[in-house]
Amino acid sequence: MIETNLLFLLLVGIFVGGAAGFLGSFMVLKRMALVGDAFTHVALPGLAIGLMLNIDPMLGAFAALVLAALGIWYLEETSRIYPEALVGIFFTGALAVGILITPEPELLEALFGDIQSITAVEGLVAIAASILITLVAYLISRKVILGVISEELARSLKISNKAVNLLYLLLVTGVVTLGIRFVGTLLMGALVIVPAAAARNISRSLVSYYLFSALFGVASAALGVYLSSLYAIPSGPAVVLASLGFFGGTFLLKKTFKA
Amino acid sequence: MATPLLKVENLSVDLEKNRILDNISFEVNPGETLALIGPNGAGKSVLFRTLLGMHPYQGKIKWGPNVRIGYVPQRFSVEPDLPITVGEFLNLRSGKRRGIIAEIEALGFTKEILQDRLGVLSGGQQQRVLIAWALLDHPDLLLFDEPTAGVDIAGGETVYSLLHKLQQERNMTTIIISHELQVVFQHATKVLCINQSTVCYGPPKTALTGEILSKLFRVEMEHHKEHHRD
Repeated sequence: MIETNLLFLLLVGIFVGGAAGFLGSFMVLKRMALVGDAFTHVALPGLAIGLMLNIDPMLGAFAALVLAALGIWYLEETSRIYPEALVGIFFTGALAVGILITPEPELLEALFGDIQSITAVEGLVAIAASILITLVAYLISRKVILGVISEELARSLKISNKAVNLLYLLLVTGVVTLGIRFVGTLLMGALVIVPAAAARNISRSLVSYYLFSALFGVASAALGVYLSSLYAIPSGPAVVLASLGFFGGTFLLKKTFKA
Repeated sequence: MATPLLKVENLSVDLEKNRILDNISFEVNPGETLALIGPNGAGKSVLFRTLLGMHPYQGKIKWGPNVRIGYVPQRFSVEPDLPITVGEFLNLRSGKRRGIIAEIEALGFTKEILQDRLGVLSGGQQQRVLIAWALLDHPDLLLFDEPTAGVDIAGGETVYSLLHKLQQERNMTTIIISHELQVVFQHATKVLCINQSTVCYGPPKTALTGEILSKLFRVEMEHHKEHHRD
């Protein structure tokens, strides 16, 4: 029984991790790694408010993340200099408020994730949503990348960078909401950013970059979930440390072969 | 008379409350080469970006039916370690491999360049890749923002001789921001000189009089002085 449960959790983790890694690949190229990292903190006060209002805390987290995504998008489109400090301050503030208003028994789980609480239905929904998010992200990937390389070139093909950026940020919101159960609000950003950063170390082409980002996301989630169950440690830190392992490994590879 | 590919009437652009372009009007007909000249900071690149829909404006910009644009920006900076090959970059515009190889060879590359990473190419090579990018899928109108330093195609052939050739082969229409008057006289059918507002407009030989040129030139000198005062 325990074995089946672990296998199921591994499966959910693999799908969520793959989607997070793939979406993170664009975040890293957009130079939004720090923003993406802090972004997930906003989920905590949303979660707490959900608990207070006696609705599904995940809905609260999702709503808070959507608001934050709209905020990032607005700043991205209207400011010529991206106000990264402002985003950092605001998101950390949200974390502080979240810690104060989250009831004590739920706080640890909200911050660091707890996979044992995931039900079968939730897991299946997470798998389906991950597949959908990855698919949509793949369909808009060409437009996202073109916008990263040159907004003007994108415009010359009549691509609306605004719409593409908004859709992309909403996809990130979706994947972060899914990942919070595994990794927690404090560390989920790492599952989006670190696999892509690791992939960038060893990729020369877009295809390999996408593939390795997703692959490292999958491997980080799977390894983290497995270690967390094996040693009875929180899943969040386990997943993030696994992804850091991949980053360290690819960094060494890059250093070794570049010389 | 053919309908113009592009007709601009009384175009004005303000950026951050500064007037950059004031009351510009011109039109481009199929097969024409319009050279856009003016001193630094005259608003030439802003005019291009406005045509691409990147700045709010007053006045009218009327495009012909289904005009497809190929755009070559002046500046293009990719990080050296950006994980994208030249082939993948060109693929962002067109999925047709045969077309990609044809354009890349027209610009003096061999197809092996498609495997190279975009970020490791030299500035001149990147410029040529950009031109290939813009020419893919045969656009109706090429917007070419010339780099300040000229770009050599293989064997000393210049960008202009290439553009001229393309124009004749494909009947392509071009708007070129140029810094070399010689090019304007040789290749342009029409010239538009701007410095915020229109200074001259017409065929180069009649529009670009000595008086007009010295006016544009003097403006450039004053512009430099202002910069030094800042």
